[in-house]
Amino acid sequence: MPLPQMSTVVAPPTSSEPTISVDAPISPMREFLRARGSGKLADTTFSALMGLCASSIFAIVAFIAVILVVRSQLSLHQFGWHFFVQSAWDPVSGNFGALPFIFGTLLTSLLALAMAVPLALGVAVFLTELCPDSLRAPISFLTELLAAIPSVVYGLWAFFVLVPLVRDQLGPLLVKYLGWTGFFDGPNFGVGMLPASIILAIMILPIISSLTREVMLAVPINQREAMLALGATRWEMIRTGVIRNARIGIVGAIILGLGRALGETMAVTMVIGNHPAIAKSLFSPGDTLASVIANQFSEASGDLYLSALIEIGLALFIVTIVVNAIARLLVWAVTRGAPARVH
Amino acid sequence: MATQPLSNPNSGIGQIPREENTRTRINRLFRMGVDHAVTGLAILATVVVLVPLAAILAYLLYKGASSLNLDFFTKIPAPVGENGGGVANAIVGSGVVLGLASLLGIPIGIAAGVYLAEFGSGKLFANLIRFTADVLNGVPSIVMGISIYSLIVMQQKHFSAFAGGVVLAVMMVPTITRTTEEMLITVPHAIREAAYGLGVPRWRTIISISLRTASPGIITGCMLAFARVAGETAPLLFTAFGNQFWSSHLNEPIAALPIQIYVYAISPYDEWHRLAWAGALVLIVMIMIAVTLVRIFANRGALKGGH
Repeated sequence: MPLPQMSTVVAPPTSSEPTISVDAPISPMREFLRARGSGKLADTTFSALMGLCASSIFAIVAFIAVILVVRSQLSLHQFGWHFFVQSAWDPVSGNFGALPFIFGTLLTSLLALAMAVPLALGVAVFLTELCPDSLRAPISFLTELLAAIPSVVYGLWAFFVLVPLVRDQLGPLLVKYLGWTGFFDGPNFGVGMLPASIILAIMILPIISSLTREVMLAVPINQREAMLALGATRWEMIRTGVIRNARIGIVGAIILGLGRALGETMAVTMVIGNHPAIAKSLFSPGDTLASVIANQFSEASGDLYLSALIEIGLALFIVTIVVNAIARLLVWAVTRGAPARVH
Repeated sequence: MATQPLSNPNSGIGQIPREENTRTRINRLFRMGVDHAVTGLAILATVVVLVPLAAILAYLLYKGASSLNLDFFTKIPAPVGENGGGVANAIVGSGVVLGLASLLGIPIGIAAGVYLAEFGSGKLFANLIRFTADVLNGVPSIVMGISIYSLIVMQQKHFSAFAGGVVLAVMMVPTITRTTEEMLITVPHAIREAAYGLGVPRWRTIISISLRTASPGIITGCMLAFARVAGETAPLLFTAFGNQFWSSHLNEPIAALPIQIYVYAISPYDEWHRLAWAGALVLIVMIMIAVTLVRIFANRGALKGGH
C-alpha cells in the first residue's frame, strides 16, 4: 500500500519523464512491487510452515506416548498394575514383573546422585565464585567435552578400567572398612550395582555442575556486592547471596541429572551384570529399566515378552518426562525462561 | 548481624572500633575458618572431579591411538579368530545413517527454531513447544529406539538404515530448535527493521537477514546435535541393528560405529577390544572437533561471526 502513494508524491518533481505515470498507470515495475509488495500470502504460508515444523515437536512426543501404549497393550492387560510390584521376570513361563528393574534404576540413580551432587556443587561454586579467570575457560571446556562423550565410550572405559578397579582395589577396601553396614556382602565380581552407580555419577557430574553454574551466574552481581558490603566472608556471601537465590535452579539441575541417570543405557548395561533380581548388596549384579531393554529387546521371543519390554519403556518414558518437566520448570524459574542448555 | 572490623582500619572510617572482645574475636576467627574450609573443599571437589575425568580422556586417547592403524579405516571386520580387519563398513554406515538423520532433522529443527524466535514471542503455544523440546531432550534414547522400532521396524518386519536415520533425526530436532532460537534472538531488531523499511517481506527478511546473520551459530548448533547423536548406540540397536558386511540399501540393516564399539567391547576377543578402543578414539576426536568449533563460534557471537 505505501508504494503507490509514494510514487504519486514523488511524481510531480520528476515530471520531466511523464511517460511512466501518465501513459502507463501500471508499469511493469509497479506491477512487480504490487505482486511482491505486501507479500501477505507468502508470509502467511511461511509462518504456517514454520509453525507446522514447530508443532512436529509436540507430535513426536504424542506419537511416542501413543505407540508405546498401543504396543504394550498385551502386557498392560495381562498384568495390570501388578507388573510394577511383581519381582518375577521369567520369559520362559511368560511371567513378567518390573520390580527388580525399578529397584535397580532407583538404587543406581540415587547412589549416583549422592556421589555426584556434592562434588558438582563444589565445582560450580569454584567455577563461579573462586576460580581465577585464566582457569575458568579450560575447566568449563573440559566439562563440556566430558558431557559430550558418548555413553558407549564411558561404558568401554568402565568395562575395562573401572570394573577391575572395583573388583581388585576398591571392593576389598570397602569390605574392610564399611563391611559392617551390610551393603557390601556377597561375592564381588567387579560388575554390579556399585560400578554402575560410579559410572553414572561420573556421567551426570558435568551436566549438574554446568547447569548449576548457569543458574549461579544468573544471580545478579548486586546480591554479592550487598553481602560483601555488610561484612560477610566470601562463603557467607556465596551461601546467603548466591546459593539461597539460586536454590530452586540448583534443585532443578540436580533433578535434571537424575533424569539423565534414570534413562542412561549403554554404560550401565555394560557394567551392571544384567541379572533380573533385586540386588542384596552393592556388589550384586542387577538390571535397570533401560539396561533390560537394551539387553533383551532384540532376543525377545513372543509377543508378550516384547510387550512387557515395551511397557518397561513406557514406564521409563513417563517417569523421565515427569522428572524433566519438573526440572525444567525449576531451572526456568531462576533463569527467567532464558534457555538452559545442557552441555 | 554483629558489625565486624573487616575493613581496613586505616581507611578513614573512624567509627569502627578497633579493639574487639573475646567473643567477637572468636566469632570472627570462626567465620574466617569456615570461609577457608569451604574454599578448600570447593577446590578439593574440583580436583577430585577433574583429575579422574582428565584421566579417562587421556586413557581413551592413549588406548585408541595405540590401536589405530590404516586397516581400521579400509577393511571390513575380520571373521572371529583372525587378526586384522577394520570397521570401514561401520564408518560408512554411520555416515549414511547420520546423513539421513541430518537431512530429516536439520530443516525441521531450524524451522521450529525460526518459529519460536520470530513468530512465537509471548505466545502460550510457543512456550509450550519450547518446554516440550526441552523435555523431549531428556527422553532416554532407548525409549526413542523402541518407539521407532515399533513404528517402522515392526511394520517392515526387518531392521533398516532408514529406521536408524529417523530415530537419530528425532533426537536432533530439539537441540537444533533451541540453539537456532537462541541464535536468532541475538540478532538485533534494527537490522530486521531496516529490511522492512526497504519493502522486503517478512519471510524474505527472516531468510536473508535473520538466518543469514545468525548462520555461524546455527551451523555450530547443528554440529553439536550431530556430534551428540553420532555417539548414540541404544536407539540404533533396534533400528539400524548393525551389520558385519557392506550394506548397499537403505532398507537393509546397516553397521554403525557406536554399535560396533559396543559389540566389540563385550566380546571376549582381544583383537576386537583393540578395534573398540580405536573406534572410541575416532568418535571422541570427532566430538572434540565439534565442541571446539561450537565454543569458538559461541564466543564470537552471532553478529561478529557473520559476513
